[in-house]
Amino acid sequence: MIPAAFEYYRPKDLSGVISILEEHGDDARVIAGGHSLIPMMKLRMADVPHLIDLQDIPGMSEITVTADAITIGAMTTQHDIIDHDGLATAAPILREAALQIADPQVRYMGTVGGNVANGDPGNDMPGLMQCLNATFTLVGPDGERTVPAREFYEAAYMTAREDEEILTAVTIPTPKGGYAYEKQKRKIGDYATAAAAVQIIKDGDTCTAASIAMTNLSDTPIWSEDAAAALVGTSLDSVALKAAVDAMLVDIDPSEDNRGPVAFKRHVAGVILTRAIERAWSRA
Amino acid sequence: MKDEITSRDDRVANLKGMGCSRKRVEDARFTQGKGNYVDDIKLDGMLFGDFVRSPYAHARIKSVNSEAALKVPGVLAVLTAEDLAPLGLHWMPTLAGDKQMVLADGKVLFQGQEVAFVVAEDRYAAADGIEAVEVEYEELPVIVDPFKSLESDVVLREDTVDENGKATDGAHGPRKHPNHIFTWEVGEKDATEQVIDEADVVATETMYYHRTHPCPLETCGSVASMDKVNGKLTLWGTFQAPHAIRTIVSLISGLEEHNIRVISPDIGGGFGNKVGAYPGYVCSVVASIVTGRPVKWIEDRMDNLMTTAFARDYWMTGKISATKEGKITGLHCNVTADHGGFDACADPTKFPAGFMNICTGSYDIPTAYLAVDGVYTNKAPGGVSYRCSFRVTEAVYFIERMIEVLAIELNMDAAELRRINFIKKDQFPYQSALGWEYDSGDYHTAWDKALKTVDYDGLRAEQAERVEAFKRGETRKIMGIGLSFFTEIVGAGPVKNCDILGLGMFDSCEIRIHPTGSAIARLGTISQGQGHATTFAQILASEIGLPADSITVEEGDTDTAPYGLGTYGSRSTPVAGAATAMAGRKIRAKAQMIAAYLLEVHDDDVEFDVDRFVVKGAPERFKTMKEIAFAAYNQAIPGIEPGLEAVSYYDPPNMTYPFGAYICVMDIDVDTGVTDIRRFYALDDCGTRINPMIIEGQVHGGLTEALAVALGQEIAYDDQGNVKTGTLMDFFLPTAWEVPNYETDHTVTPSPHHPIGAKGVGESPHVGGVPCFSNAVQDAFRPFGLRHTNMPHDHWRIWKTANSLGMHD
Repeated sequence: MIPAAFEYYRPKDLSGVISILEEHGDDARVIAGGHSLIPMMKLRMADVPHLIDLQDIPGMSEITVTADAITIGAMTTQHDIIDHDGLATAAPILREAALQIADPQVRYMGTVGGNVANGDPGNDMPGLMQCLNATFTLVGPDGERTVPAREFYEAAYMTAREDEEILTAVTIPTPKGGYAYEKQKRKIGDYATAAAAVQIIKDGDTCTAASIAMTNLSDTPIWSEDAAAALVGTSLDSVALKAAVDAMLVDIDPSEDNRGPVAFKRHVAGVILTRAIERAWSRA
Repeated sequence: MKDEITSRDDRVANLKGMGCSRKRVEDARFTQGKGNYVDDIKLDGMLFGDFVRSPYAHARIKSVNSEAALKVPGVLAVLTAEDLAPLGLHWMPTLAGDKQMVLADGKVLFQGQEVAFVVAEDRYAAADGIEAVEVEYEELPVIVDPFKSLESDVVLREDTVDENGKATDGAHGPRKHPNHIFTWEVGEKDATEQVIDEADVVATETMYYHRTHPCPLETCGSVASMDKVNGKLTLWGTFQAPHAIRTIVSLISGLEEHNIRVISPDIGGGFGNKVGAYPGYVCSVVASIVTGRPVKWIEDRMDNLMTTAFARDYWMTGKISATKEGKITGLHCNVTADHGGFDACADPTKFPAGFMNICTGSYDIPTAYLAVDGVYTNKAPGGVSYRCSFRVTEAVYFIERMIEVLAIELNMDAAELRRINFIKKDQFPYQSALGWEYDSGDYHTAWDKALKTVDYDGLRAEQAERVEAFKRGETRKIMGIGLSFFTEIVGAGPVKNCDILGLGMFDSCEIRIHPTGSAIARLGTISQGQGHATTFAQILASEIGLPADSITVEEGDTDTAPYGLGTYGSRSTPVAGAATAMAGRKIRAKAQMIAAYLLEVHDDDVEFDVDRFVVKGAPERFKTMKEIAFAAYNQAIPGIEPGLEAVSYYDPPNMTYPFGAYICVMDIDVDTGVTDIRRFYALDDCGTRINPMIIEGQVHGGLTEALAVALGQEIAYDDQGNVKTGTLMDFFLPTAWEVPNYETDHTVTPSPHHPIGAKGVGESPHVGGVPCFSNAVQDAFRPFGLRHTNMPHDHWRIWKTANSLGMHD
């Protein structure tokens, strides 16, 4: 559990980061909270000759809440998310989800940017951001661009981010309606056996819009458009719930691990999604 | 000098002796980060050593090339079996009478096995050096199943067969296959089989007690410092038995024992993991001798989980017979024990399966038979007692499951079945069918108190309602009531039948009273969190009448502490605690003579009273122990040597037999497999209670480790012998979040043969807790047709049980 030797950089601004990334390409990695990267380096599964610490870059830990949009700086920690009352009012699903990530010690260090950028299918924030239709801001040698969360994840640890880019912020359209983040895990600190993020808008007794994303049930987060569509226009009776679960089960592709075999994971995914929908509906 | 406290109650309270919930004196340093663990030891010029480990579970080593590693900056040496062979240290004896490779001698037998030892200026250079060592392996067929091992043509241990490929005799007699280690039989086979054949009712079940690991917070490690000028070796390490380590080091290294000083500093939990000897200890010593500098070795978490001392891994088949009314007539138990690549179990030498023959439990079973076969496989060695006396967890799990299965067979309530079979109070001392003499017990009283406290009948009624509600589709949660009544066997042990590699399992205490009335006591045991410095001072306070706060307790340094066999198997209080009381009584006997002289009366005319000797019939005439201590050193007393010291070596006449009644109420979500422990009640009878607060802490800790084992903690292998649970991501170590509220209770049935009647408690909650949690899960499914399912009861396995019972249809 000792990493190989590496060069440590701590630039004062983004251009400093980018120039190091340009020089070393995929031999360089940025580090935020370090809770994914450092264990991989200590196991010598990640070889990072050049490590760029982002903590001296100003302005990357800010949370801005307006009527239409929420912007969260990449260096914002999970604890900051939980601790921010304005955010909890505007997008309560963020606090509900962040409270289910790891434990307080990890949440003091782990960041939103690191959680979404690493591309680990076990992380909770990617699915959540897909549910919320977030966009990620990437800054590179050619300036800034944005990529929708729903188009960002390509495979496990493979994302739309180029080697010379860094993810600086997450922007979320301020969510409306009921919400729920439901997660089953074996113990504190574990990744999800299955997790579901749900937002639902209700008009009278009818669901008018919905968004559903699942975590750790494929090699990327799964935003299930068909599952959400199965709810829209219904009053969320048992037929609609079952249709949403069936649609979700078509989209996910879990693999067996110590959490259990595929059949179990699919069963739990259905239970967790049903619970998330019911809770979101009760809050809509 | 007269003390100002006069009332007798005040004087008793001032001592903080036995029965007092005295705060732990250790906690001041532990809660402030001031503990001194092995990895805190830093010596001038100290090097760091670490292992190249095998990625394969079974392979021949074709070559080890250290050239590139020796070029890594900071790397000083790379040791291999070839380097150790001239010293005879490439293999070492195990506590079980087998031998174990220190470094791979031609082949490896488990994943993570030590292949080479890289010695470097610091741990970073060592890690880089490990990367640079080139090892060429030739993979061999892997065996992870003990039953297949006994049928396989693949010989795992080529050192245990003769030139014709036949198994040579092992440490415990003839072996029936090259991969077989021993057969151990206890009891009457034919008589038991006859009783079972003729019985009204017989229940049969096979159960697997999975492999797990003690996983102490502090991993194993050592620092060796060979002083070539004076020829003395100092070895600090995570040793649960420092004196035994000193003797073993002397025997295998040839160094004279007086030239070896072994020190166990603060130890961050042991739970059996730190009883045995590990290759890292040997390599740190050799590396210090070779380099002339101190050498540290510290495991990381993966090393600890994958390679040092696992626990359990027992396949147990039982047959239990009874009359139609439920009176048990016989018990038959067959075990296949997976020991991994070497037999490194930590058991008394004459007991290759530990005290598994306590498996008749708390019940009056007239006829019984036990057979255990030990088997080699391609898994890590170990087989230690994880928070239990030797194999007692396995025994108690076995009988407490067999009782439940028999209750199903009889269609009877499992609490009632236990009650009608308990050994009765007037049967003690009780001779068990498998050879033990239970010292004391009052099981019916404890059981009735437990059932009444939890309103057992009310719980059963609620459970029945829940079953109906589930069948009507009104709930997806079922309810289980886990019962467990355990009898432990601890305090190993009488030297006549308990030794480890010939070292008798007595223990010791040496006391020196200082002239001003304070004292230091040294013991042959070593605390790993049990609070010895607190409790042993309390025993002494009550015995010698000096306040516990004025008594320092020291352990773990073989240059200063008297010889003893260490701390494991709940033996410290039963054995060293007895030695402490006996040494205290020697102090008191001398103090009595001094007091009589000072009071100018005959020895027999004074008597001990809390903290003083008083003249019989004249309580105003007394000498306090403080005054006596001063006189012992500073007054010439005819016929009495100056000083006030005593040593006692205690060879216990028998084991002690703590017992307890545990009840767990659990709700289970059949769709997700998630368990929710609603209530956990634990009644412990550990005999005389020395410090109730420490007992409660021990019970909480032991129950938490029991919860871990029952609900998810395992060392799992794939069929290629790869460890699937080598990190704390997958290896379940519960936090406060997963742990329920525990209700603790007690009865007190002192041990008749122990000087203060204490029986030991550290391991009871684990021994009784595992079957209690497991029985709660199994009981929840009993109304739906479950007979038995193996632990660990993690989410997916519970889901699988529900699924196989048609509960998802």
